Formats: sequence, C-alpha cells, structure tokens
Amino acid sequence: MNHHPAAWGRPLPASASFDMYNPQFSAPKAAPAHQMPVAHTQQPLVTGTSVLGIKFDGGVMLAADNLASYGSLARFKDIERLHPLGPHTVIAAAGDMSDFQWLKKELNAILREEQALSLTDSHPSLSPSNIYDFLANLFYARRSKMNPVWNAVLVGGWDRVKAETFLGYVDLLGTTYSAPTLATGFGAHIAQPLLREAFEAKAGTDGKGPLMTQQEATAVLDDCMKVLFYRDARSMNKYQIATVTKDGVVISDSKSSETQWGFAEDLRGYGAQTQ
Amino acid sequence: MSSIGTGYDLSVSTYSPDGRLFQVEYANKAVEAAGVAVGLRCTDGIILGVERLLHSKLLVKGANRRIQSVDEHIGMATAGLLADGKHLGSRARDEAANFRETYNAPVTVQVLSDRISGYVQAYTCYGSVRPFGISTLVAGADKTGPRLFCIEPSGVFYGYRACAVGKGRALARTELEKVLAKEGGVSVREGVMEVARMLSGLASYLAPLAISLSRSTAVESVKNDVLAIHLVHDDNQDKAFELEMTWVCEESGMKHAAVPADLLAEAEEKAKAALEEGMEED
Repeated sequence: MNHHPAAWGRPLPASASFDMYNPQFSAPKAAPAHQMPVAHTQQPLVTGTSVLGIKFDGGVMLAADNLASYGSLARFKDIERLHPLGPHTVIAAAGDMSDFQWLKKELNAILREEQALSLTDSHPSLSPSNIYDFLANLFYARRSKMNPVWNAVLVGGWDRVKAETFLGYVDLLGTTYSAPTLATGFGAHIAQPLLREAFEAKAGTDGKGPLMTQQEATAVLDDCMKVLFYRDARSMNKYQIATVTKDGVVISDSKSSETQWGFAEDLRGYGAQTQ
Repeated sequence: MSSIGTGYDLSVSTYSPDGRLFQVEYANKAVEAAGVAVGLRCTDGIILGVERLLHSKLLVKGANRRIQSVDEHIGMATAGLLADGKHLGSRARDEAANFRETYNAPVTVQVLSDRISGYVQAYTCYGSVRPFGISTLVAGADKTGPRLFCIEPSGVFYGYRACAVGKGRALARTELEKVLAKEGGVSVREGVMEVARMLSGLASYLAPLAISLSRSTAVESVKNDVLAIHLVHDDNQDKAFELEMTWVCEESGMKHAAVPADLLAEAEEKAKAALEEGMEED
C-alpha cells in the first residue's frame, strides 16, 4: 500500500504487485503543488507542558515552568512561558513554543498600535477580556482553516473598568471557558483538583465565600508545580509565577520546589537494576 | 504671489516652463496658514510642541490633538490640513510596524522619515492626486540618540537640531536658534519651558490673527498685524488656543509620551507671566 499523499485515491492496477524497491511505488513523483492536499501543522514540535491559573483576593496568578521540550528531550531550559501584555494582563502558553512566539509578536504589535493611538484617541487600553476574546476568535478561525495555533493559553488579568479579576482558557480548537482555577493539559488532571480543593476550602463550591490570600495562592501553586514535577515527565523543577493585581503585573524569578527522591531507591521495574 | 500659475498650476504632473510645480507650492501655502508646530532636540531627549488654535468654544478640552504617536519611541507633529496629518500618521504607524515585523527591531527615526517622505513624494508625481497640505515633524529617540526630521509637502526631508513649521515659523526659528545657542545645551525640562514660552507668545500674537484672517484676505495681512497686536489685549483671546506637548526622554522611559500635565501647566504659567511682563515693558 502506498501511503504517500500524491498517490491517494490512485490504487495500483490489479496487475501490479507492490515492490518497495521500485521507485515507481516507493518514491512516487511529487505531484504539482496545486494537486497536493494542503497540509498544515500536524503536530507540535518544541512544546511546553501544562500551565496553571488561580484567582485570589484582589488578583490572579499564573504559573508555568521554564522548559521547552523537543519530543521527550528536555531541549530548552530557560524559556519564559508567561508573557505580560500591557499593564494588567498576562498570558501563559502550553503547546507549540514557536506558535507561542508568533502569538507574542502579533499581540505585541496590536498592543503597540493601541498604545500609539491612545495618545490621540484617549481610549481605554485593552482589557484582559478584550485580549481573551481576540485570542478565542483567532484560535477558532485558525482551527476552522485546519491550521490551528497549537497552544492552550491561559489569560489572566485585572479589569480596571470593572475592578475585578479575569481568568480564561482558550485552546487550539477554539474551546473557551472561564473558572476561578484553571489548568491546561496534564495539569488539568493532576493540578486542577488540588487547585479546586484549595479554592473551595475557603470560597465554597459556589465560590461566594472569601477568596484565598496572595500567600495562600502562591503556596497552592508551589504545591501544584511540585506535584506536576513528580508526575509529569515533560516538566522541570524550575518555574515562574505571574501575579496580576490592580497595581500591575509582577513576574517572579525562576524558582524550584524542594523534592524528595529517597523513595526511588526501592522502586523496581524501571531503569538499570541488578535485581 | 509673484507669478500665478497661468494654466500650469492645474496638475501636479505638469511643470511650469521655469521648472516649478505650482501645486506643491500651493500645498506649502496651506502649511503656512496652520498653527505652528515646534520640535526641539535637547541634550537628554526631544520635544514636540504645537499650538492648537481653537475655532470653537464648544470643542472638548484636549480633543483633536495634532501630535500623534507613530511607535513607542517616535512621535510626529503636523502643521497644515489635520486630516492629511491623520492619514500620514496612520501610514507612518504602518511603516513602523512593518519595519518591526521585518527586522524585529524598532525603526530608526531616519529610516521612518525616509519612508514617509517617499510616500509624500509620490503625491507630487500624479495628476490624479493632490500633494499633502502638511509639513511633518518626526521626532524620536533611537539607538543613535534623539533625532528630529521635517518632511515638507514636496517630499523633501531634512534633519534638524530644532525646527518650526506653520504660521509664525520664522519667529519661532529665531527663538529656537537662541535656545540652541545656550552654553552646555538645553535639557528637556528646560526645553519644555522654552517651547511653552515661544508657543504661548506666538499664539497670543497669532490667534487673533487667525480669526481676523478668516474674515479678510491674505493681502490685508499687514493691516492685520496691527489689528492683532490690539487684539492681544482682549482677554477672551487668551483662551483661543491649547498648548500640546510631547517628549521622548529618560523621564518618559525613552517612550513617546505626553509631557506630564503638571509640568505643562507650570510651563504655561511661566510663559504667561513672562509674556505679561514683556507687554508691560512695551
């Protein structure tokens, strides 16, 4: 069977027998470009793993580690996956890092133009929800063209007009949702329950109670990043936390969790062992 | 005007027999009728200032600004047709964004001015269009330091240490020469005071002129000068303009931003005081 796209829909004649050493079958002539099916990104290449977000009293926090993997190889260890946009918004991206770099460039250009126009028009700067809606439209439009922006993005920010926090999720399918705690990818399985548990312990399941303090939010994110480092093979014990309050955006220096690996001594069944 | 076009001024794609483009010269007339715009390169930054003549008391305070931001580090002030200025500003922002997209670096003021001037020049080549009725001051700070350029309706552009365009530019240029002659140069904060002083001085001289000009023809401008000086003493006329100033300096984080309101107010106060003092001497 010849799986090359140029040979799609062209079965071999009944008389022909498949010969992988025959160039006619093994290396079909490339069809002219206009006859080829259009193939956009089919998989991400250099990827970042999950990112987390949580609301606290007076602000919102995002966390992401500094690793960009090339497949299972820990390829780049100093990548910043938290990116500030204007004075009161931060985005955090999981997924394809080159798409994320492109996204940053696009968004920065938009914000720069808005900034330039604000001198003459004196309009309010883009709010976190404006940026989020833009991303949602972009991601949905791109996936509808079968050419997705291969990221899951968290948008966190402080809305100056409404004087409230914002936290939203949008991914490569154009899926959007908002919640007081969010996590992408593997973090949605591992960290989201921990985030919810901590959030609901104070705020209640309806979220109407008091929100956690900034210190408590930092602590639960530290805890989640540690658990993710233990459980997620694509993660790294070096991460940053972005905090957005009405006073603006602060992105922390990279930090690490204290980890215990003593138990690994007794593990059997992985790696080189003599017994 | 010494020589009216005699048929050679109908299209910008036709030279006059002595090699002039009358439409471009008429465009310069549109600039000369507009409120003055000033650019001043200082030791530690650069300033743009315009005197916005207010044609109605119903205008929103601070609206219809004539200084625009082009990029983070570049601003431009126009003198002439405001709508032409807006259009050129939009084009300049596109050029600056295009440069960033291509080279992933901020555009230098010179390169940006070159691109804008090319655009302006194209409007002097075709019979189907009219030249821009504006002179543009492009000011910014890039890797080469603070830079100032002036683009004229013909598309020609020069770099300056200080420049003034619009009505009263000759007066302003004389003042700027004095400012630049100061020993040790002039800082942006001093520059703001100086520009406010010369703009307020010009405006109180020119604002009534603008009003009287609109009632009369340009030929009578000599008479209007006399009229203007009389009108300066009319208290209402002092409110017929707004001062608009932006800068790029350390204090603004090397970004193009409006001069802080308190500093501008202080500069205006000083300018007014100096002006009144000057009048009493007269």
